[in-house]
Amino acid sequence: MYTNSRPYIFVIAILLTLFGIYNYVVYNTNGYVAAEKLSPLAVKGQQLFQNNRCWSCHQLYGLGGYLGPDLTNVYSNENKGPLYIKAFLNSSVKSMPQFNFLEEEKDALVQYLKQVDETGIYPNYDAEIEATGWVKLKYRNEK
Amino acid sequence: MKSKAPIYFLLFAMVALFMGMFFGLTASFQYLMPEFLKEQIPFSKLRPFHVTSVISWIVLCATGSIYFFLTYVEKFKLFSPLMAKIHFIIFLLTGIAIYFSFAFDYTEGREYFAFAPILIIPILIGWVFFGINYFKTLYKNVKGWPVHYWMWGTGIVFMCYHLMEAHFWLFNFFRLNFIKDFSVQWKSTGSFTGSWNMLVYGISIYLMSKIKKDSNVATNKTAFFFYFLGLTNLMFGWAHHTYLLPTQPWIRYVAYAISMTEWIVLASIIYNWKRSVLKVEKDINPMAYRFLLATDFWVFINVILALLFSIPAINFFTHGTHITVAHSMGTTIGINTTILFSALFFIVHQLYPDFKTDRKWVKRGFVSFNISLFIFFVSLIIAGAKRSYWMYVSKDGLFSEMQDSLIPYYISFFIFGIGIFISLLIVAFPIFKAFLQKIKPS
Ligand code: HEC
Ligand code: HEM
Repeated sequence: MYTNSRPYIFVIAILLTLFGIYNYVVYNTNGYVAAEKLSPLAVKGQQLFQNNRCWSCHQLYGLGGYLGPDLTNVYSNENKGPLYIKAFLNSSVKSMPQFNFLEEEKDALVQYLKQVDETGIYPNYDAEIEATGWVKLKYRNEK
Repeated sequence: MKSKAPIYFLLFAMVALFMGMFFGLTASFQYLMPEFLKEQIPFSKLRPFHVTSVISWIVLCATGSIYFFLTYVEKFKLFSPLMAKIHFIIFLLTGIAIYFSFAFDYTEGREYFAFAPILIIPILIGWVFFGINYFKTLYKNVKGWPVHYWMWGTGIVFMCYHLMEAHFWLFNFFRLNFIKDFSVQWKSTGSFTGSWNMLVYGISIYLMSKIKKDSNVATNKTAFFFYFLGLTNLMFGWAHHTYLLPTQPWIRYVAYAISMTEWIVLASIIYNWKRSVLKVEKDINPMAYRFLLATDFWVFINVILALLFSIPAINFFTHGTHITVAHSMGTTIGINTTILFSALFFIVHQLYPDFKTDRKWVKRGFVSFNISLFIFFVSLIIAGAKRSYWMYVSKDGLFSEMQDSLIPYYISFFIFGIGIFISLLIVAFPIFKAFLQKIKPS
């Protein structure tokens, strides 16, 4: 038994058009809160984060692997911050492997985490959960 | 003589599955003993090995099955058998290169694609070859495609697109804007999953139409309705992975609205339950049939879980915990892997009509696979729920204390992981042997 493909091709064409427009908009939309572009140092830190697969144990905004803690706001956490981060980097604590970062590499990683921190909050304790099932996030620039 | 490329793909896929599960087991062992071998093979090395291998299992087995159905079952003349062969060789060599890049830390990439980004090029070439071969072959042979042909075609095209999208971060236009970059990264991985699901669900519909000997399954309007629903979710649903990312709210509203359309899937499963199961002609393909039954069960469980945490208010608590991992592995193992095993049994029966698939041990393996997976899944859910409790309710104690308190669940996760591994080994062994027989030069 064969199908008449015409209407299906039509539906796909519509979906593809919407998808094209949608992608165009998404690719040209920045985050809700204006944040600085990653500095060259932060980009270097991000590359170190990738090369050493920090993401396979750590999360940013809850995304990543789950063996270690989330790092989104480790920079601005009042008990943590840049020195704390640096102390951890070559510490080989628990399952974290022994890294041998140079001082400037540590700076780069810290800069990356700093700029990530500036984009938002996670876990977002002050978010409002609404009856519609929607969650209204608290953003970085809100008091 | 027919091309053996499909069989090579299937053998390659099975090897990837068992290697992948082995890496998964060694990785999960580090939840139990964090310091064990961590300098030689840290978790961060094992995780990409695991994830890339098991995803390759899904993609390769789907590819091999589709080639097989087209050439052996439908008996179409492939547009270019040579191209299929080259496709296989490219994937094999790239697979080896990926393992090398993981082993020697050339891991500049990101999650799911941790290998050196240059390797995405041969992968894309492979997909383009597959696409050309697929569309050219079908264009010549079939008028008025049943739904699975649409799904496979869609899967191939979107696979190419999202593999590229997953590497947009290489351009500063994306990379320098962290939030945009990060959401596009998770957009691409979400839709990458959607793309292989198109391939795999297409296979399940194909198998149903063959096992039931009823082509209506693949040509009726409902089948097309669900295809379009799936496609819409593939395109616009991804942002439910990033509800907690401070993107523009409209992106998340769209994702919420689109994701909720999946309730229709749940409703239809419940509504069609008896109809779909009872009518099946199961005598000729008993194991293929059983695995599809298992798929039904796992779809049901996973759709409920996924629907719940696609609601932002629930996602808020489950995000960033092992509940997400329960979902990833629940679906990749429970749904994708069961469909693909059904395909493998169907294929082995096509190659050897006298092959007895439902041997005693295979049936036992099938049962213990499902039981193990269930406990594996529940362990992850409990571990995730406890972490969420630590994050949002008790909010006290160190991260390491929380992790230590979860060890009993990680132990059960590990043990039933071994259960899954052994069960699938038992189930797959006869098939593997039969395939090897087929490629032996005579
Ligand atoms: C094999 C897993 C693993 C890898 C890879 C890893 N870490 Fe860790 N990391 C951990 C674990 C586990 C902890 C928590 C230790 C504890 O608190 O007991 C941790 C803690 C941290 C902390 C302190 C967080 C806090 O809130 O207390 C920072 C910062 C950190 N890691 C950064 C990094 C960076 C940067 C990289 C990559 C260069 C990295 N880690 C790679 C497992 C890992
Ligand atoms: C032997 C059984 C298995 C074990 C022990 C195992 C173990 C693991 C572990 C430890 C992780 C990392 C979780 C984390 O980041 O903390 C993981 C992730 C994953 N596994 Fe498995 N695994 C097994 C089988 C499989 C199979 C058969 C598949 C697919 C066919 C699969 C697909 C995945 C996927 C997709 C992820 C990524 C999850 C995510 O990012 O959310 N696993 N697995």
